[in-house]
Parts: sequence; structure tokens; C-alpha cells
Amino acid sequence: MQIENRIRQKLLDAFSPITLEVRNESHKHAGHAGMKGLPATGETHFDIVIISDAFKDCSRVARHRMINSVLADELAGGVHALSIRAKTPDESAG
Amino acid sequence: MSDTSNVQSWIDQTVKGNDVVLFMKGTRDAPQCGFSDRVRRILNHFGVPYKDINVLEDMSVREGVKAYTNWPTIPQLYVKGEFIGGADIIMEMYQSGELEQHLREKGIEFSPAMA
Repeated sequence: MQIENRIRQKLLDAFSPITLEVRNESHKHAGHAGMKGLPATGETHFDIVIISDAFKDCSRVARHRMINSVLADELAGGVHALSIRAKTPDESAG
Repeated sequence: MSDTSNVQSWIDQTVKGNDVVLFMKGTRDAPQCGFSDRVRRILNHFGVPYKDINVLEDMSVREGVKAYTNWPTIPQLYVKGEFIGGADIIMEMYQSGELEQHLREKGIEFSPAMA
């Protein structure tokens, strides 16, 4: 839960989202080829759904980069993959 | 390929020299990661011709492509030299119809029969 909580807190701080879901999906990826040689921390894969005004006028790639840069320490330190859905309140209503 | 600048120029030439390039884990015939497989399936669905690069074969390419486009994960899809996105973005663009539209706008010829 340690990394999951840190991810949640950093995203809350950075984007003040109106909706934030962080789900640990690591169990689905345990043992696949890309995981060879990486420590089995149980916190390697996360699904993130985030809705925030901060993403207004940003491309999809830009939104992911914003999130990746906020979570750079986690990505460098054992988190292997983030699945990200980042929307604005307007888009999520539509 | 271990020299960093060589790797970067090889990646640059590869994405600019091919209309559609997918950096993936595994190959188009034997994907080794669910995220790579997802993008592969979408390209196959449309019958988009593409060059697949298996990053698991070369650690310098695996790390090099992440640096090349400032994107921390694989897969990565490029169309006409431009980075389009990873698995989540390609899935969203597929579902909204934007991917097909983008490929057409870029003049990529494809049809399910070409898959």
C-alpha cells in the first residue's frame, strides 16, 4: 500500500482532481516477460483514473507526461507501468 | 547498439523512415506484454501496415526510445515520425474513432484485407 498511497497523495497535491481512482493491478502482470529481473514488490502496475481541470487544453500525450513527471520517483523506483485515463470534468460528463 | 547517440539516431531514422512504427515487447506474431498486445490488435484490426521493433531484444533500444520521446513506457506508437501515444492513448483514440481519422489524415493506407 505504501507506493499506492504515495501515488494517490502526489496526484491529489498536483492536480486537485474532482475524481481520483488508483487501483493496484500488479497481480495481473506478475511473471510476464517484461518483469524478468525486477523485484516482486506487489506494487508494480497501477490503473489511474483522474478527472481534473488541470488537463484543460492539454493533449493526451501532454496529460500523461504531466502525470509521469509528478510520479517520476515512483516510476524510477519500482513502478513498472501506469495505466492512465486523464480527463477534464467537461469530457467526463460527455 | 550501445553508444547512446547511435541509438538515438537509429531510433530517429526508424520512426522517420517508416510510416507506422510500434516499439513493443515481443513481436507482432508473439507479443510478450498485454499492453503491447493491445496496440498490436488495434493495428491489426484496421489492417495498418507497420514496422514492429522488439525492445526486449536490445536494452539500449528499450531505454533509448523512452529517452527519445520522453515517455517512460512501452509500447510506443509513431505515425509519420510523430509520437502518438502508448497503450492507453491508442485505446482511447481507437474507441473514439480518432485513431482511424488520424491515420487517414496522415495519408496512411490501410484496410482489414492488408492485415
